[in-house]
Amino acid sequence: MGMPKKLVGITIDDREVDVTEGSTILDACRRLGVDTPTLCQLDNLTPVNVCRVCVVELEGARVLVPACSRKVEAGMKVQTNSERVKHSRRLVLELLASSVDMSLCSAQVQGWMARYGAVPSRFGAGVATAAQPVKVDNELYVRDYSRCILCYKCVEACGVDAQNTFAIGVAGRGFDAHISTEFDTPLPESACVYCGNCIGVCPTGALMFKSEHDMRAAGSWDESRQSVTETVCPYCGVGCMLELHVQDNSIVKVTSPLDHSVTSGHLCVKGRFGFEFVQRRRG
Amino acid sequence: MDIRTAGGPATEEEIAAVDGLLGSPESLWEGGERHPADDHVAFGGRALRSQRHLLLPVLHAIQDRVGWVSRGALEYACRRLSIPPAEAYGVVSFYARFALEPRAEVTLHVCDDISCMLAGAKVVEGGRPVPCLGLCDRAPAALVERSGVAHDERQIAPFDPAADWMQSPPPAPRGSRLMATKLLRRIALIDPESLDSYREQGGFEALRRAQEMGAEAVIREVTEARLLGRGGAAFPTGRKWESVAKAATHPHYLVCNADESEPGTFKDRVLMEGDPFALVEGMAIAAFATGCEKGFLYVRAEYPLARKRVEGAIVQARAAGLLEIEIEVRRGAGAYICGEETALFNSIEGKRGEPRNKPPFPVDVGLFGKPTLVNNVETLFSVLEIVLEGGAAFATMGTKESTGTRLFCVSGHVQRRGVYEVQMGTTLRELLELAGPTRKTQAVLLGGAAGSFVMPEQFDVPLSFEGTRAIGATLGSGAVIVFDDTADMKAAMLRIARFFRDESCGQCVPCRVGTKRQEEILERMFAERNGGARSDVMLLSDIAQAMRDASICGLGQTAANAIASGLTQLKVLNV
Repeated sequence: MGMPKKLVGITIDDREVDVTEGSTILDACRRLGVDTPTLCQLDNLTPVNVCRVCVVELEGARVLVPACSRKVEAGMKVQTNSERVKHSRRLVLELLASSVDMSLCSAQVQGWMARYGAVPSRFGAGVATAAQPVKVDNELYVRDYSRCILCYKCVEACGVDAQNTFAIGVAGRGFDAHISTEFDTPLPESACVYCGNCIGVCPTGALMFKSEHDMRAAGSWDESRQSVTETVCPYCGVGCMLELHVQDNSIVKVTSPLDHSVTSGHLCVKGRFGFEFVQRRRG
Repeated sequence: MDIRTAGGPATEEEIAAVDGLLGSPESLWEGGERHPADDHVAFGGRALRSQRHLLLPVLHAIQDRVGWVSRGALEYACRRLSIPPAEAYGVVSFYARFALEPRAEVTLHVCDDISCMLAGAKVVEGGRPVPCLGLCDRAPAALVERSGVAHDERQIAPFDPAADWMQSPPPAPRGSRLMATKLLRRIALIDPESLDSYREQGGFEALRRAQEMGAEAVIREVTEARLLGRGGAAFPTGRKWESVAKAATHPHYLVCNADESEPGTFKDRVLMEGDPFALVEGMAIAAFATGCEKGFLYVRAEYPLARKRVEGAIVQARAAGLLEIEIEVRRGAGAYICGEETALFNSIEGKRGEPRNKPPFPVDVGLFGKPTLVNNVETLFSVLEIVLEGGAAFATMGTKESTGTRLFCVSGHVQRRGVYEVQMGTTLRELLELAGPTRKTQAVLLGGAAGSFVMPEQFDVPLSFEGTRAIGATLGSGAVIVFDDTADMKAAMLRIARFFRDESCGQCVPCRVGTKRQEEILERMFAERNGGARSDVMLLSDIAQAMRDASICGLGQTAANAIASGLTQLKVLNV
């Protein structure tokens, strides 16, 4: 626990709030219940502040600042709903949705699209997109980079923030930047250990269990018919908590809660994918 | 970390290139032969990973020797430095200079940027079009790269595609016009490869003076001179020096930013090629004043001669006992973004040139996470003058807010292209008169691609930070590209849009997608017979605002400036 932390007072949308030293503006916003859109931010990953959808207006700053990574300083005055902020948030959502398929993003993301009045089609027909075929090169998960918003989360989860496997990185640059293994080598020949932690953090459905991908292709994926059963992984003594997503009496995917003290949302290949034996029916 | 390699072995040549830089591997763990001991002891680990910063030099060694970076070569480099191949691939694919496909032994890079366009540049068959090569004073320009054991790079300007440039020696460079008053005064007077020649012109007198004065007094003089950084951001140099000097964490690093890549800018090249010892002296003074233990000089890849000259100057100065700190010359690899200071740090550290979010600022957390002083070449040249004549005297030149002299790179449609040194506050009209416009001038692009268009009725603007700010322009890097009434302004604007689309690092959304959309919309507008719809103008302005407000770094924040100023001021639309 350590020493109690000092409190820092800042003002957000003319409301005062005290948060502990070292908190971010985003922490303070959440404290006040100010809904702040985020895409590349996740509580269990280092902030990379690349999506820029969380930007806020900070008094005295020339440009907008990312709420997810900017640390609070005493006396900061922040606006989260000014015209400048709304404009940038809208443009970020529009630019992204005009270049990648965001249809599988959460309802929360769709809500932000509506709230900021994002109309991705207004850049016109025929603008460049990331459209490309889905990469299916193994039995466990697929990669659909036409849905990738380049939030860096999967790279972080594969690297020092969780798995330390470093099987993927950001390659290329500019509009052509993309997530890739070395030389775009298929996953089975890469360093990938199939922990699936990249799937766990992906906000757009670009990374997906193959079971889910196949069911979606067949039209049988139906979340309204799914239940979630919490259990503890049986494979070793660590005690990872599993959430088994079950549809029609079959496990269709496995997750772990981000705020779980043992996993922080991360699993290994066995916990994530080792469920086939459960539903192996005697033929 | 378990490094998996599947690309097959590196060739003997590739291994020789890497080992030439790193020495031979001592064990299997470092990519060498398997020795019996390797089965029982692990070598490398942290020690290898601490050499991550050598990735770019290693990639250059491979590219220089073989002409491209094969999978086998990259994976061998990864083993030697303990870098995951996926991460190294991300780095090698980031930099335009590295080829991931085999190339011919000789590569011709032909500049198709604005200044060269105005000089009638044509990309010949087999030539690789590249952005500004910084040879605008002798445009059109090209760069020839020959791989192999006898690796060679040659800047060619003016480039004549009809001549046999592979066989014949490069055409004698037409001398760049120099208006020499202070910073440029030694150029052409001294032999840039001779320390004695530099000392005959008073070289290293400033360093001696600085050491006599003491570090604090040097910073006081720089502060009193009110010198503003010449790299483009115009930050008070004295304040920066003071912050680094006071930083409690050590080591302190000194970085000289010589990644001059702003289209139309070539002053730092002229300084480094013509007066390299002065830069070394400037770095020595900066390191002395701010307590830097080590220096890095990051020179853009396109300046082989400048790099050779400063490397030679460092060796000679060190041999003569004039240089107390170690200065390492690092070579860029074809990325405009690496002129951004935090992207430059990442590049030195062997990573993708992606800018970091600020704060923290470099003076607190910079290169390798340590307090770092970053100064542009011209800034350090100005420091020499300040030390020699005193801060107060320096501040009497120029204007109240912009002191001293400034170098301007005049190119395009003028009779005498070159670097002009004038006092801050000189008007643009006066500068243009010195260079002699060829015909009726229709516009000037001030500050390069990140700058803006200035129209004839604004030519009385004083060239000072405050003067240009008053008309919504910027001095930027000091680039002054002149367009006469025959110039195709649409082509120039499209080239700028393409430049930013090519050079965006791709990290943040407003810039990554914004620069792409900006280019697409501009192309669409200029292709339409009626000159574009009003809604497209609105779209561009919406994108511009988001890029300005929400991008991580200065590239995205300025990527719409020139185009916005062109659309409002140039007669390119009939909306």
